[in-house]
Amino acid sequence: MAAAGGGDGEREMHVLAVDDSSVDRAVIARLLRNFKHRVTTVESGVRALEMLGLEPNVNMIITDYWMPEMTGFELLKRIKESKDLKKIPVVIMSSENVPTRITMCMKEGAEDFLLKPVKQSDVSRVCSRMMR
Amino acid sequence: MDYSDLRRQAAYMKKSLFDQGYLDEQFYQLEDLQDDVSPNFVEEVVTLFFKDSSRLLSNIEQALEKNSPDFQKLDSLTHQLKGSTSSIGALKVKNECTLLREYCNKENLDGCFRTFQKVKREHAILRQKLEAYFQVMTCNIYLLFCVFCFIFFHIADFWEAYFKSAAFIALFFHDAFLVYLRGLVQNND
Repeated sequence: MAAAGGGDGEREMHVLAVDDSSVDRAVIARLLRNFKHRVTTVESGVRALEMLGLEPNVNMIITDYWMPEMTGFELLKRIKESKDLKKIPVVIMSSENVPTRITMCMKEGAEDFLLKPVKQSDVSRVCSRMMR
Repeated sequence: MDYSDLRRQAAYMKKSLFDQGYLDEQFYQLEDLQDDVSPNFVEEVVTLFFKDSSRLLSNIEQALEKNSPDFQKLDSLTHQLKGSTSSIGALKVKNECTLLREYCNKENLDGCFRTFQKVKREHAILRQKLEAYFQVMTCNIYLLFCVFCFIFFHIADFWEAYFKSAAFIALFFHDAFLVYLRGLVQNND
């Protein structure tokens, strides 16, 4: 688990980023830093749930779809089934553009679906929606 | 070689990496994320990539050498590798990974072996080229630092010389004045 400090604290959101790739964790954390959010990165869905158990006050979860042990979709389901966590918006990232996968995630309650490699504009879009 | 030469060399190396298809647009995206807070962001991410991808390549090699290879596992490992290559803009390596996945899906072991050799080769070439690129980039910074030190110490030398000269001149006039005063006193005697 790694945490990076946020900005001025006024509208500082806490974002949890879940990705098994260390490269992608570094990139997403840096992209989110531009929006002055506090970012915590974890490498699996299991770790994400552990962390949420200790600290459920997370404003957004952004997760990779394809991860060993628990996919992003499974993580999304577990979050939406949880009384404490179901209100947290979940964004799914994937390197594969599979329409059925996207529909499945959106049906399960995902906020948005981003194609990897994730760009500044994608992060900007989901962050501004989250702030509203 | 001066500072502007090094900058030109770095720019040329980068352009060449793009023109020859080693890197794509995503690398520029990473460079855009480099700032005062993260001044070495690109190099850090690339370092993470080579650490991660070396491990994955080793795992893929082991999986291929098994008596009855698990193609699903191979596919999963290749998918992970492809994801990382895509995140740093390593175009040639990514394309070879795509081919490798296709052979995995067809369970064509021979095709997998051949393509895996290509993945390894492109990976090694890219590593060499990026290491050279970052060396030139770092050299830029060191050279700038050396130039700065050089100027600073030369200025310090200058001021030391200036004050030494000033002190010397002052002492000279002081001695000369004393001689003059002595002369005055002697004349009055």
